[in-house]
Amino acid sequence: MSEPGGAAASPGSGDGRVVVDLRGIRKEFPGVVACDGANLTVRAGTIHALLGENGAGKTSLVNVLGGVYLPDAGEIWVHGQQRQFHSPADAIAAGIGMVHQEFRLVPTLTVFENVVLGSAPRYLDMGQIIERVAHLAATYSLQTDPSRPVWQLSVGERQRVEILKALWRDADVLVLDEPTAVLTPAEAADLGLTLRSMADRGRSVVYISHKLDEVLSVCDEATVLRNGVTVARPRSLAGIDRSDLAEMMVGEAATQIQRPAERPSGDIVLELAGVSALSDRGLPALHSVDIDVRAGEIVGVAGVSGNGQRELAEAIAGLRPTTAGTMLLAGVDITGASPRGRSRAGLAYVPEDRLGMGLAPTMSVVDNAVVRSYRSMRRRMMLDLRRCEDFCRRLIERFGVQVGRVHEPVSALSGGNLQRLLLGRELTGEPKMLVAAQPTRGLDVAGIAAIQEQIVAQRAAGVGVLLISEDLDELLALSDRLIVMYEGQVAALMDPTQVTRAEVGAAMAGSTSTVSGGNS
Amino acid sequence: MSEAAVVGLLVATVQFATLVYLAGLGELIAERSGVLNLGVEGMMAMGAVSGFMMALATDRPWIGFAFAALVGMAVAGIHALVSVVMGAGQVVSGLAITIGGLGFAAFIGQDAVRERADAVFTDLGIAGLADIRWVGPILFNQPPVVYLAGFLGIAAWFVLNRTRLGLALRAVGESASTTDSVGHSVTLLRSGAVLIGGAFAGAAGAFLSLYMAAGWTEGLIAGRGWIAVALVIFGAWRPGRLAAGSLLFGFTLALQPRVQTFDLELFGLEVNTISPALLGILPFLLTVVVLIAISFRARHRPSPAPAALTLPYRREER
Repeated sequence: MSEPGGAAASPGSGDGRVVVDLRGIRKEFPGVVACDGANLTVRAGTIHALLGENGAGKTSLVNVLGGVYLPDAGEIWVHGQQRQFHSPADAIAAGIGMVHQEFRLVPTLTVFENVVLGSAPRYLDMGQIIERVAHLAATYSLQTDPSRPVWQLSVGERQRVEILKALWRDADVLVLDEPTAVLTPAEAADLGLTLRSMADRGRSVVYISHKLDEVLSVCDEATVLRNGVTVARPRSLAGIDRSDLAEMMVGEAATQIQRPAERPSGDIVLELAGVSALSDRGLPALHSVDIDVRAGEIVGVAGVSGNGQRELAEAIAGLRPTTAGTMLLAGVDITGASPRGRSRAGLAYVPEDRLGMGLAPTMSVVDNAVVRSYRSMRRRMMLDLRRCEDFCRRLIERFGVQVGRVHEPVSALSGGNLQRLLLGRELTGEPKMLVAAQPTRGLDVAGIAAIQEQIVAQRAAGVGVLLISEDLDELLALSDRLIVMYEGQVAALMDPTQVTRAEVGAAMAGSTSTVSGGNS
Repeated sequence: MSEAAVVGLLVATVQFATLVYLAGLGELIAERSGVLNLGVEGMMAMGAVSGFMMALATDRPWIGFAFAALVGMAVAGIHALVSVVMGAGQVVSGLAITIGGLGFAAFIGQDAVRERADAVFTDLGIAGLADIRWVGPILFNQPPVVYLAGFLGIAAWFVLNRTRLGLALRAVGESASTTDSVGHSVTLLRSGAVLIGGAFAGAAGAFLSLYMAAGWTEGLIAGRGWIAVALVIFGAWRPGRLAAGSLLFGFTLALQPRVQTFDLELFGLEVNTISPALLGILPFLLTVVVLIAISFRARHRPSPAPAALTLPYRREER
């Protein structure tokens, strides 16, 4: 067997024995069929990639395997026995270890307390347990200090604690849901080594990712999901290259995002000069960032999550104090302005946490719709409810929000409709500048298209747009200029028509600062 | 000030400290599991009256004391059912228990009022030590409940920090979903903690009626349950600091009825001119100071308050 990408190998010490077999899994959620006849066969001693686009059903399928969801149909076979998992504990007992995208750790407890939680000895002999956890960590080259509290750890270290949790329970199968999305390239490489050493010891790994290069270098076999169905399951990744995988994932009905027509941009609407800010943990998150956005242009912001994009959006919106630098909005200094002051100066903000910061979940659609502009809907001291409702209905119609009743709580809406409502609310009152953080993340195809259409329409109307996204295709297609953030700095400024995905990816990984396409 | 007055003050300090420590320790256990129980005042009242009546009937203070703990547990069971099992608001449920408990205790205790019990706890008088000047009466001539409270404090620390059960309890107070995902029952852990907390509160109430007041009247608890709730915050949710805080709070409680008899001048202030009512708010004032200190510190590290405190848990089903 050849070894593409260097590290891919024939199944380690495994004898090809099937450890996990998911057959014809179907899982339906209200309005969405996440899995519809999905199959997954994992052999001992292999790293098995589970591939698919956003919304292909990967996470739902592994949540069935992990006992989080009960499947509507289909069979779960583990070690040749059919199983029914009614809770995550059942799956753990059967040897399935899950590392979710959101870590299940208790921040105030120490590393070893988190590791042994749920399967600790009756009496905690601290010295002995710490030693055993340290030994286990060393066996799989997982660097960690067992007695440190988890809140002090970096994201990469927390992930290692999650893996240790599974190993402590002697999991035969470790399931990792997009493990490298939050890691630095060096941490990702270390993770690859850890997973390989697990496979060499006869354990199996299910590795969800849509980073194809990574999959090719780390994994032995693959299962590809498309719209909830297993469409391909290559037994070996030897001789397969990334374009083959991409084709399996996307199929023929690849939705190509239409690149908007070139148009001349106007004056600068947003100008950041030397802006610095701290993270939630009080550490520097933005270092002297210079960005300008012109009227009628979309400036895309790419980067591995956690490189300052969220802090950047919040600093511009006035939700995070800056420690240095100035911000001008249409020539007006907004550096010390309140969020409301910025909104009045013409800033619209779509936060990445749409059902928390963006919208108030238990409040009605109407209340959420008017919360930004209710001041213009007063009759003396009272709110004019009829005007509020009229405003809400116009907004719903204009932005195609599908709602049952306007007085139902907004949490009843689907992701796409939430985002339409939020974007619509922010775009009323003709803003000069739109900051949108991850506006299409987690949406279905129709929702993504609708949101992208609105963003392009704003550009055509002369609004400056700062589009922060993790979807590279979206950024490359929509942006007039592309900024890459790395460790809180603008690492590269690129012309999206001139760069390849690989070049952007290299800049995101912090390789060298490539500047193609000029800053004005 | 005479030596007798000072010793008397310190003896009472230890006893008041025991009272609020017992109730506070129970509340601490419940809160570490993520359940705020504002019903301490009511559970103490129920414990005080039922313990007293049981001791009257059986002539044995220990049976009354144990019965009080059971009654406290039963009342806490209501809180566990409403707020843990059914997931309703903890604040509302707890307040209802305080209001209802105080009222119900007054109702069933009508006949017990002014009844002088012979079956009360007596001072232990540890041989050889109780006669030591100063230290003897303060530390070695106290009722057995004082020593029991000390033992329970150490036991609670050990269970919380050195056993599987304690780890699960601390974890469920920080993140119920994490604890659930590793196979512990959130409902069982939290209900258990609330029940233990109720037993401690009921026992604290009985200490009041079976020793400190040696009788039952309406209004006997007089806000000491609320002091226990404040004490948990003051003690930053840790048994050790809770003990230190209870001595401080116990001192202000012991000082309250005595302050006007003291012939003492401190910093040019006649101590006996200090209003006892002003002393009464001191524990709450100190608690507010601690809360502010916690929130200042919380900018750089997690708050000592259990992160899931007051949050009901329902397993996520999408």
